[in-house]
Amino acid sequence: MPVPILAQAPYLIASVQAALTDADLIGLQDSLLSEAQRRRCHGVVVDVTALDVMDSFSTQTLRSLAAMLRLRGVEMVIVGIQPSVAMAMVQLGLTMLDVRTALDLEEGLACLRAIPQGRAGRGR
Amino acid sequence: MTPTAKAKTRISPNGNSTATSSETLKDDLVARLREDRGELLREWVRAMAADDGLWTGATTPEQELDSGTIYDACVDCLDTGSYQAAEEYAERMAQRAVLGVMHYERILSGVLTLRDVYWHSLSRHYLTDPDRLAGALKAFEPVTNKILLIVAMAFNSERERVVRQQQESIQELSTPVLQVRDRLLILPIIGLIDSDRALQLTEQLLGAIREFRARVVVMDVTGVAAVDSKVANHLIQTVDAARLLGTTVVVTGISASIAQTIVTIGIDLSRIQTVGDLQGGLELADRILGYQTIMGEPVASQIVPATAV
Amino acid sequence: MDVETRVQIDDESGILLARRSARELASELGFDSTSQTLIATAISELARNILKYACRGEILLRPVARNGIRGITVVAADEGPGIADLALALTDGFSTGRSLGLGLPGTKRLMDDFDLTSEVGKGTVVTTTRWVRSK
Repeated sequence: MPVPILAQAPYLIASVQAALTDADLIGLQDSLLSEAQRRRCHGVVVDVTALDVMDSFSTQTLRSLAAMLRLRGVEMVIVGIQPSVAMAMVQLGLTMLDVRTALDLEEGLACLRAIPQGRAGRGR
Repeated sequence: MTPTAKAKTRISPNGNSTATSSETLKDDLVARLREDRGELLREWVRAMAADDGLWTGATTPEQELDSGTIYDACVDCLDTGSYQAAEEYAERMAQRAVLGVMHYERILSGVLTLRDVYWHSLSRHYLTDPDRLAGALKAFEPVTNKILLIVAMAFNSERERVVRQQQESIQELSTPVLQVRDRLLILPIIGLIDSDRALQLTEQLLGAIREFRARVVVMDVTGVAAVDSKVANHLIQTVDAARLLGTTVVVTGISASIAQTIVTIGIDLSRIQTVGDLQGGLELADRILGYQTIMGEPVASQIVPATAV
Repeated sequence: MDVETRVQIDDESGILLARRSARELASELGFDSTSQTLIATAISELARNILKYACRGEILLRPVARNGIRGITVVAADEGPGIADLALALTDGFSTGRSLGLGLPGTKRLMDDFDLTSEVGKGTVVTTTRWVRSK
């Protein structure tokens, strides 16, 4: 099942559904990369509220996605990680230190807006 | 105490003796008290039971006190000049008393009564010899005073220890997450942290972050009891979990030794924002929040350059 | 309720099924929602290892009890290449910089009891249990 992507210029919002398969995730990478390029987006919000488990595979895929987008000058923020999912992730050592995170969609968009334009890339 | 002449003189039945060196007198006192042990023990127990206020009710002195042991311990103190055994015994009694098994007043009163019993006995022996009597008092009194002091202090210490423990248990029961201002939470952590409590703490914090939509949490660890590598790991995990919800955690109250522990387990300290004290932590939190609401300003970003860990 | 649930892991749909079954069983046993997530995450990691290294295997879910406390035991078994260095497999990567990347130390942290048995050329069995905590 492909992940629905919403355009809210200059950003894209991808809402991951539950029961995300590996293929779905790879598909998401492809879609976001091409869409972001096509629409000249500044940033992407990936909403994982519906995910009840984030394991090493999904984490790695999202990190790669963030890196690939950044290479194209597009920032990414992950929102909606559930508290219990966050706790499981840190136990596994999946800290995602190199990816922006925010509480929810509203915070995610505020986070992207706060990034100075033209300075996308290594943020710190 | 080195007597120049330690004359061992036999004491005649009527109590007359020519030697009056303190050492000999002390030995004499000890001998008397040991000789009359059976009789004095009975007298002691009788005297305690007769004390209306204290021993009414179900228990008798025989049941509650190990009177023989106490009697002997006191005489030993007089004999050897060492109080260690007495101190240990007093500690044990105090523990039982504070637990409600024995009554403090009864113990103290009992020891006072024993002192009186000893003294009456010795007085009777030296009745005809005022000099000896005075000497006996000089030998005897400091010892009994010290024993009383030991008993009183043992109870006091034990009571303080229990109260402290109770206070700590109450504190460890729940950790409040305080909302101070908009988007800012303070999490003061106190007491001991084990895996279960760490999980509970993290759960509470993440729930509060969601509810108050906090962007910054000031986590104060000044009151954390013991920090070994396990505890340090728990704290780091709490920080990491909060970050996954988009929240920056500022840790305050980290002592130099805690910082050392964190570094020793291989975690890069630059990964967490730390400030010496709570006040400083709040100021940093304000700056972080301020940055996040102004557009175009450099952002105190949550991104940390990926390090090879 | 002593029924054992067996899930074949030969493609990724098995991972999702194992996670879902575990969550259901855990919920029935009285695990709170956080614990359910921890268990499901552990299973996800174990199932991925099976797929990645052995291509196929199975996950067993078993309700257990000890001293009146309920728990769930997960057995992840495969007939894959096996692990040569068990000690290394259980070493935490992020403190030593060396790890086998199997996520086993992390999985161990998610659960309570943990046992790893493996023989090169024969296969691997991970048996791990989490107990319900009283609140």
